[in-house]
Amino acid sequence: MFDFSIVTTWIDTFLKTYLPEFWVYAIEFVVVGLLVLTVYAVLALVLIYVERKICAFFQCRLGPNRVGLFGVLQPIADMFKILLKEIIPINHVDKFLFYLAPFLVIVASFLSFGALPFGKGLHIIDFNIGIFYILAVSSLGILGILLAGWSSNNKFSMIGAMRSGAQLISYELSAGLSLLTIVVLSGSLQLSTIVESQADGWFIFKGHIPAAIAFLIYLIAGHAETNRGPFDLPEAESELTAGYHTEYSGIQFGFFYLSEYLNMFIIAGIAATVFLGGWMPLHIPGLDGFNQIMDYIPSIFWFFGKTFFLVFLSLWVRWTFPRLRIDQLLNLEWKYLLPLNMVNLLLMVAIVLLGLHF
Amino acid sequence: MVQNIIFYAIAAVMVICAILSVTSKRILRSATYLLFVLIATGALYLQLGYEFLAGVQISVYAGGILVLYVFSILLTSNAGDKEKPKNWKRILSAAAVATAGFALCGYIIFNNVATFKDKYLTSALTAEEINMNKIGMALMGTDKYQYLLPFEVISILLLACIIGGILIARKR
Repeated sequence: MFDFSIVTTWIDTFLKTYLPEFWVYAIEFVVVGLLVLTVYAVLALVLIYVERKICAFFQCRLGPNRVGLFGVLQPIADMFKILLKEIIPINHVDKFLFYLAPFLVIVASFLSFGALPFGKGLHIIDFNIGIFYILAVSSLGILGILLAGWSSNNKFSMIGAMRSGAQLISYELSAGLSLLTIVVLSGSLQLSTIVESQADGWFIFKGHIPAAIAFLIYLIAGHAETNRGPFDLPEAESELTAGYHTEYSGIQFGFFYLSEYLNMFIIAGIAATVFLGGWMPLHIPGLDGFNQIMDYIPSIFWFFGKTFFLVFLSLWVRWTFPRLRIDQLLNLEWKYLLPLNMVNLLLMVAIVLLGLHF
Repeated sequence: MVQNIIFYAIAAVMVICAILSVTSKRILRSATYLLFVLIATGALYLQLGYEFLAGVQISVYAGGILVLYVFSILLTSNAGDKEKPKNWKRILSAAAVATAGFALCGYIIFNNVATFKDKYLTSALTAEEINMNKIGMALMGTDKYQYLLPFEVISILLLACIIGGILIARKR
């Protein structure tokens, strides 16, 4: 399998032969930052197109089909439209917090995006606290939403923000605990180690029953964390106009929109990395010929294939289920998912201690 | 040199935001400035190579406690209220207490910085990366320099807090 670190180390050594260390790092930081920004924006465009098309098919429509072949250029046209739109100043708002809030939301999603392993050797920051880091920085987004809701000076925004805060705080527990179940199995928090140790079978197969339960819980909790239907009460358009981002216009609204789509991708990416092996191809111990063939598919395709499969699941759920009420939402988390999760964690510990996993 | 530049940038953010967080007239803005101070502290830990501590700082303080602060501000007070100007006696006494505290800490640090530097700082900076396994073993072990008992005592304290919270909040 092609290892991308060959390319990156070649660039690194090439720069180091001609430049002092300080400038090498400065150049590399800027280049990596720009690359991540570009990938972030392009992925958002792809996700918006995919969402609109799939939503259309679920509702027996055609979806965008005028701009470009099958409407593939539609999101690009939309991007230019949103970039050219006026940012409308709102009276009687706390200006500082109002303009700060979208940045907090998008920076939180950006920080967790940077920690995903996209392919073999394509990993930007590989902390030894990997999963913990992702959980930590993704929790910063709540503050942006709360501040946006309050500083908009609008009761719909405020209600949306409070709902969103309650929802995110509750479902973060389930998401964290279900990831911890897999950390117990792998014995490491580092994402690269987690991916490497799935070379002889993905964790969802290795950890069988508890891993499958944790996978389901993570998908539900992660879906709830992205504020998308059936958990979209924070921005329920029929009751709250648009929830916490009602008053935002132009690119400020674009930031919320972008981070919502990318959070969906990040949740799917983490689930793919932790449960489905990330960029690791499907290996079945014993079938060497089969494993060899699977290795010929580049790692980056494996990662994006799995992630987009999970994104499709999330869209499927979004466009089929009706919206929950706030009490149903909190009951689901605190009375069902959380106790189940804790029992599941104990079950996983028992299985690991007794050596019953593959 | 690069390390110094990064350090001074982080320190400047921390100092400026700490001052703004105290002097700001609106309570929600104070909370936001406090968020920046906490994140910058996390960045300082990252610079020192304490990744776990940085993660804890961000998830517990910035992502956890500050969210609860903002929540309780939004639920209890009228968050947009501007604070009334304080009377000068209280400003003076607060300034005196702050100066005394600063002088005491400054005196201690200034007189002990050399011994501290020799004893801990050089060894800490050259030491290898502290990985999660080591931290986990230290928290859960019963040997010397391992902390199972304090860990359990703190968990009992937290349990008591949870039960107390439920008792206060329950419907009668």
